[in-house]
Amino acid sequence: MTSRKLELFVGFFVALAIAALLLLAMKVANTGVAGSDQSYQLLAKFENIGGLKVRSPVKVGGVVVGRVESIKLDPESFQPVVTLDINSSYNNFPETSSLAILTSGLLGEQYIGLQPGFVDENVEILKNGDYIEDTKSAIVLEELIGQFLFNRGNQ
Amino acid sequence: MLKQIQQLGANTLGTLQGLGRATLMLFGALWGRPRPLKNWHLYMKQIYVVGVLSLLIILVSGLFIGMVLALQGYTVLAKFGAEQMLGPLVALSLLRELGPVVTALLFAGRAGSALTAEIGLMKATEQLSSMEMMAVDPLRRVIAPRFWAGVISMPLLALIFNAVGILGGHLVGVDWLGVDAGGYWSAMQANVDFQQDVVNGVIKSIVFAFIVTVIALHKGFDAVPTSEGISQATTQTVVTASLAVLGFDFVLTAVMFGG
Repeated sequence: MTSRKLELFVGFFVALAIAALLLLAMKVANTGVAGSDQSYQLLAKFENIGGLKVRSPVKVGGVVVGRVESIKLDPESFQPVVTLDINSSYNNFPETSSLAILTSGLLGEQYIGLQPGFVDENVEILKNGDYIEDTKSAIVLEELIGQFLFNRGNQ
Repeated sequence: MLKQIQQLGANTLGTLQGLGRATLMLFGALWGRPRPLKNWHLYMKQIYVVGVLSLLIILVSGLFIGMVLALQGYTVLAKFGAEQMLGPLVALSLLRELGPVVTALLFAGRAGSALTAEIGLMKATEQLSSMEMMAVDPLRRVIAPRFWAGVISMPLLALIFNAVGILGGHLVGVDWLGVDAGGYWSAMQANVDFQQDVVNGVIKSIVFAFIVTVIALHKGFDAVPTSEGISQATTQTVVTASLAVLGFDFVLTAVMFGG
């Protein structure tokens, strides 16, 4: 086998491997599509975050506008503080907006639903680092059952 | 009874000695400044023999393993009405486990055995000794290019295996069984993390490449220089490399995904 042909085959092999890596990175793992875009951060305190995880989606009417960036516990109030990475193209949510932790389907993953609030002349637009005050916690099944049994007992 | 205990001790010492000889061989081959540019054609030749010639078996088995995964996964997932999770199932099992492990096993059978037989025959026909006579170090001339070719080729083969397997899963899941194509890819993208899954899979395949190549080279280099000795060495390469890969896979999985 001539040296030229050999190098051609090896080059083809390496090119094929690079194409496979690109497929895995772009199409399978979807790197950089959310990360490379400009984003800004909003914070929110919840009573209970349930099964929310880092990288869970933030949705407005079913459209993903961002992801959960981190979840920490406030050292004074002992409440979970969730940092949201919101895509910069959605930068006009009013401060009256509310958050709720929802579940997709009966057994699906938990995500944050953002409900945009009303706009008024003295309502400001949320900026980087702002807190969203109006939050609804995740529904914990045990608490729900407990409440139901308690109400039945009262009747 | 006494003889058996003696045998056990001899085997243990033999294994330890083999491990030591393999390490010394590797040091001898890689010690000093590597000069890949000077011996460019040697490296090219070995990457061709070890990597390019293994391409066909990797492509075909990757395609079929992806197809089988999709078929088996679909029947179970359909019972729970979770067909859209077929994409993550195929992608995660390939990227984390099957890609690196099956590629390493195929690589041990296809390329590892060939390396052992080639070097064993070089030793039997005293080509290695004659190289030493000519003041050419056989470790650097014969072992080093084969080692680097194996360590470079196998991760690339594993990447190709993963990509082809996921496309095979798409073929069966989407085109034959009717899973929604958008759901297949979007659920996959939502569940596969580049760092956690793709990069860890590549790290696994680099470790396996090192293990398989070193075992194959060592068995060939240490083979008894007879036709029977070479056949034994070739068998041992496939058996030892496969067991080592499966053992190390458990350890790596426990470290990477266990916590």
